Amino acid sequence: MHIAKDLVAASATPLVLGILAEEDSYGYAILKRISELSGGRLEWSDGLLYPLLHRLERLGYVESSWHSPGNGRRRKYYRITDQGRTELAAQQAQWTTIVDTLHDAWRAAKSSGASPTSPLRAHS
Amino acid sequence: MTTYEDERLESQIAEWRSYMRRRRELTDTDSDELEDHLRDQIAELTEAGLHTDESFLIAVKRMGSVDELSREFAREHSDRLWKQLVMPPDAGAPTTAASRRELLVVIVCAVAAALAIKVPAAFGLDFSDDAGFYQRNLALFALPPLAAYFCWRRRVRPGVIATVAGLFLVGAVAVNAYPTPEDSQTHVLTAIHLPLALWLVVGVAYAAGDWRSDRRRMDFIRFTGEWFIYFVLIALGGGVLTAFTSVIFNEIGIDTAPLIENWLLPCGAMAAVVVSAWLVEAKQSVIENMAPVLTRLFTPLFTVLLLAFLAAMPWTGVGVDIERDILIVFDLLLVVVLGLLLYAISARDSASPPGMFDRVQLALVVSAMLIDAIVLFAIVSRITEWGFTPNKTAALGENLILLTNLAWSAWLLLQFIRGRMRFTALERWQTGYVSVYAVWAWTVVLVFPLAFEFA
Repeated sequence: MHIAKDLVAASATPLVLGILAEEDSYGYAILKRISELSGGRLEWSDGLLYPLLHRLERLGYVESSWHSPGNGRRRKYYRITDQGRTELAAQQAQWTTIVDTLHDAWRAAKSSGASPTSPLRAHS
Repeated sequence: MTTYEDERLESQIAEWRSYMRRRRELTDTDSDELEDHLRDQIAELTEAGLHTDESFLIAVKRMGSVDELSREFAREHSDRLWKQLVMPPDAGAPTTAASRRELLVVIVCAVAAALAIKVPAAFGLDFSDDAGFYQRNLALFALPPLAAYFCWRRRVRPGVIATVAGLFLVGAVAVNAYPTPEDSQTHVLTAIHLPLALWLVVGVAYAAGDWRSDRRRMDFIRFTGEWFIYFVLIALGGGVLTAFTSVIFNEIGIDTAPLIENWLLPCGAMAAVVVSAWLVEAKQSVIENMAPVLTRLFTPLFTVLLLAFLAAMPWTGVGVDIERDILIVFDLLLVVVLGLLLYAISARDSASPPGMFDRVQLALVVSAMLIDAIVLFAIVSRITEWGFTPNKTAALGENLILLTNLAWSAWLLLQFIRGRMRFTALERWQTGYVSVYAVWAWTVVLVFPLAFEFA
């Protein structure tokens, strides 16, 4: 299934913040988790996660630190801040509202579509 | 995975990194982060049974196009397009240990330069009463710490350090041991030429002893231009600081004039010599070079000025009033023209074909030469009438040196514009000519006082 670019972009922030609210993580693992959660249906260009993480860091929603996981490599870990949790809660509320509204609207459409006495259809 | 495959993968990753590095939107730590991601991805794909080559290709592909990536980074980090100035941008990177050590060395050298100018005061030499001493020794306060900084930074061989130190010593002995009276012409000439001679000695340290190399010389020419611009900027800032210091302390009835004259100004200027050099060194890859930009701007303007002067000269009917001061003014004009030529060369891609700018430059150089030739002719007849003095000889010698340089440069430029010669010939001529300046400056410092019997 193809998901529109705008939707992917809009859901990116709450998704990443949500994953970081579970536990501290790093870029590659965050992408793995997104793929896992969406059953592989939500696909990003891998590299684009990083500018997003940097933006969240600038906004103060996450903080980062370099650690070595061994084998001589260095890895940048991200951790959600209190401000990030507040933002996540706010975005969750917004998304819930949108999802609920969509849900109600579509259920109404379905039931009214079945009815021949729909006021909209009466005109056509 | 075999070691062969490992090596291959490492070289592929290194290549990818160097490709990323070319994007100035991406810093080193960004590349580190992306590389870590790339390696994770490759490891996973390889584990799933893919060949390392294939894993690498897929991992790179999934990373997204570099254009798109750097556009996103640029959007998030627009500040990076404005180059980070004072501190290294990668605060988290381990390279800061090295740059911190460098900062420490710079501070030590700058403080050494600032204190050096106060050392004579400890022996009772006063800025106003012993102005002559300070005039002729001015270059000996800040330039040795500057040379020391380059010796440290370039890890210069002991032999070269000895040469540089030796030349400084020769300069120091010459200006102080010669019994030149302070109001004599040779004294003033020495005070002007010693800094030039020693600046070129700093160039030896800058080139890490490789002063014969054309490229190193051109680098030093570039360095000199940028250094000068930084120095002027720092001086402007210093001027504002000084003005505020004197005004606000004056308000509460404290006279800061002695503090400013004896400490702030001299020590600040000496330290600025070293700090400017450090800024140029640290920022040479970071900031666009300013000298070539100014050159582009002023070459056409100076050309118009000179052509207008040439046109107006016969029209007014007034011959150039032949004073010695005029000769010096024309020396300076030639220096400016040479500077414009030099910094245009330093920034030019020697492979690109001749263009409009090269023609403007030729016009500039030729008109400067014509004007100078007219003035020179008048001066020479005057000198043969009145005899040689140190000042006249120096001014005349400099004029001839610059004129020779410009004449040959004009010839080379013409050949280049006609497509008969490569641009590198002009470059090599200019870098080679630096030796002439060095010989001349040392001649004025060492030989002139003897030749003119300290007149």
